Amino acid sequence: MTYEEVGSMFFKSVFSENLALAFFLGMCTFLAISKSVKNAFMLGGAVIVVQTVTVTINNIIYRNILQEGALAWTKQSWLMNTDLSFLALISYIGTIAAMVQILELFLDRYIPKLYNTLGIFLPLITVNCAILGGSLFMEQRDYTFQQSLCYGFSGGLGWAVAICCLAGIREKLRYSDVPEGLRGLGITFITVGLMAMAFMAFQGIDL
Amino acid sequence: MATTKARDVLFDPVLKSNPIALQVLGICSALAVTTKLETALVMSVAVTVVVACSNAAISLIRNFIPSSIRIIVIMTVISSLVILVDQILKAFVPSAADQLSVFVGLIITNCIVMGRAEAFASKNGVVHSFLDGIGNGLGYSLILMVVGFFRELLGSGQLFGITVLPLVGDGGFYVRNGLMLTPPSAFFLIGLFIWLVRSFRTDQAAHDPTR
Repeated sequence: MTYEEVGSMFFKSVFSENLALAFFLGMCTFLAISKSVKNAFMLGGAVIVVQTVTVTINNIIYRNILQEGALAWTKQSWLMNTDLSFLALISYIGTIAAMVQILELFLDRYIPKLYNTLGIFLPLITVNCAILGGSLFMEQRDYTFQQSLCYGFSGGLGWAVAICCLAGIREKLRYSDVPEGLRGLGITFITVGLMAMAFMAFQGIDL
Repeated sequence: MATTKARDVLFDPVLKSNPIALQVLGICSALAVTTKLETALVMSVAVTVVVACSNAAISLIRNFIPSSIRIIVIMTVISSLVILVDQILKAFVPSAADQLSVFVGLIITNCIVMGRAEAFASKNGVVHSFLDGIGNGLGYSLILMVVGFFRELLGSGQLFGITVLPLVGDGGFYVRNGLMLTPPSAFFLIGLFIWLVRSFRTDQAAHDPTR
């Protein structure tokens, strides 16, 4: 991968193809945890780490085990043409659950302070569609190892940027006078819609 | 729960405690697949089937799962079902499966499936759990169809691919609203839908978990 390719992919996945605002991934957590900037920032950080690691690992699994003809490296004639890609979903979700668990243990052991602050957010990441979605896009767009590393990181970063922005807006929103029925979830949806429109403006930029 | 009527279990989630509008579950896919009614319909059926079957399956084995590993067990059951649905869709409706792309796979992390398995199926009998699954699936479908209806009608002047409002370009009168085909419109429509529901059922605003 050249530097231009890295830059273009980075820009694309952070802005114009933002996982949260263009593909609606990870919406449940996106709406539930975006009440304060501090929590949003923490969750965003955790998502970046998990996304980078899982997309890369899932790429290795897909390339070496699941893809059609991927098992050729075993040099067993009966494995030459096996296509295990129907197992992709279950192996991806397994990887994600395992990675989150490992990350939790690792943080607990070495960085207990961060572990305590992240606390409840880590298990939430397992069921965050943005993480699984990242892996599925990786498979669909047939990324190489380096591309998936880059995509995992920038996709996670894009999601983190989006949730921090929304949290900032919602903190200010607390002082505004919103119509009765629209309060809470309703106005949040409309805010996110406006944010998505703003991010769409990046689509015209082609690097 | 043994005293609750099966009818209530089935129909409560459709309007009274709608999974999207009230429980804030499963929003991701609700927004992404609604540019056309056809994809919205396929997605609704897929989700309903998965929720109902996973609810029934989890409820069957609820007394044998140790609570410490229940999340993993639920995940495994759900992903097996989703793989099944994915393969069936690819075999019988390949065009719709193409448009849904990754969103069929994302049913696994759809919070409705997980949430109902955890909140309802792990505490209730098989029949009730199955009905609860169907009910929540219908509630989800309702919102999907409403959003899909407006987006396809206003965005491309069609319903199920059949022209309803003839476009100016084809000699008709309707100027299409391009915004409706873009992501933000889905947020606006669901926001407005929630506003509508909550204006009529004011008690729901108090339950909002995001407040």
